Amino acid sequence: MSIFIAGVLFGFGLSLGKMTDPTRVVAFLDVTGRWDATLLFVMGGALGVTLPLFPLVTRLGQPFIADRFYFPSNIRVDGRVVAGAIIFGVGWGVAGFCPGPALASLSTGSPAVIMFVVMMVVGQWLAGVLDRLFFPSNR
Amino acid sequence: MADVNITAALIGGAMIGFASVILLAFHGRIAGVSGILDGIFSHRSKREKLWRFTFVLGIVVGAHLYTFLRGTPPMQLQAERIPLLLAGLLVGFGTKLGSGCTSGHGVCGLARRSKRSLVETLTFMIVAMITVYLRRHISY
Repeated sequence: MSIFIAGVLFGFGLSLGKMTDPTRVVAFLDVTGRWDATLLFVMGGALGVTLPLFPLVTRLGQPFIADRFYFPSNIRVDGRVVAGAIIFGVGWGVAGFCPGPALASLSTGSPAVIMFVVMMVVGQWLAGVLDRLFFPSNR
Repeated sequence: MADVNITAALIGGAMIGFASVILLAFHGRIAGVSGILDGIFSHRSKREKLWRFTFVLGIVVGAHLYTFLRGTPPMQLQAERIPLLLAGLLVGFGTKLGSGCTSGHGVCGLARRSKRSLVETLTFMIVAMITVYLRRHISY
């Protein structure tokens, strides 16, 4: 139930912060054009909460209703994470959608957004397949 | 500069932040949307699939709730159909390869003071800005 509530807060927050509108997002990225700082304030609002509270939460030692904190095991800064960021950045710049807002925008029922989300899942699947093909030792 | 509703943006951002704190404090999970979405399909365990699906459903319901209370927010696509779909493919591929997106690396990873997340976030921000510059200001 708390997972659902967290999701609802997340989706509502994205809508309130206008992040579900690719126009706003692309206008933020358009630094040489008519720049729109909305995304900066949304990010600031989110980090204003997570920056002080995450360390407090991890100091609990254990989450309230789970056995442990599931943190990423790989924390290396490598070519893989940079390559991923570059590919993601190009897609984000073209569409103005990153995964969260794309999912939130599913609520509009727009066929284009539905197809975008389907393509996102296909892209993730493809990356997983190639990963297993070329780096089988990672599994 | 465009008109910005700073209060709405800050409150909306804070809601995203609190959602991430709830997920971490109660379930020990990072609110990274790309990874959560991916896990619905790539994870073998039913339990894993279920909580991930619940969170994604929550996001859609949350956006619906906003529309219900405050009217449909503007949503104007910024790319034609084919580029949009290719962009979707790149977003999926890149976030899987880079293990995260704006929420996982940008909001949660930075809060954990992760250097990896900082590199990832700065890289995709700069690349996206260059992409927009090329598309908007260079005629081709």
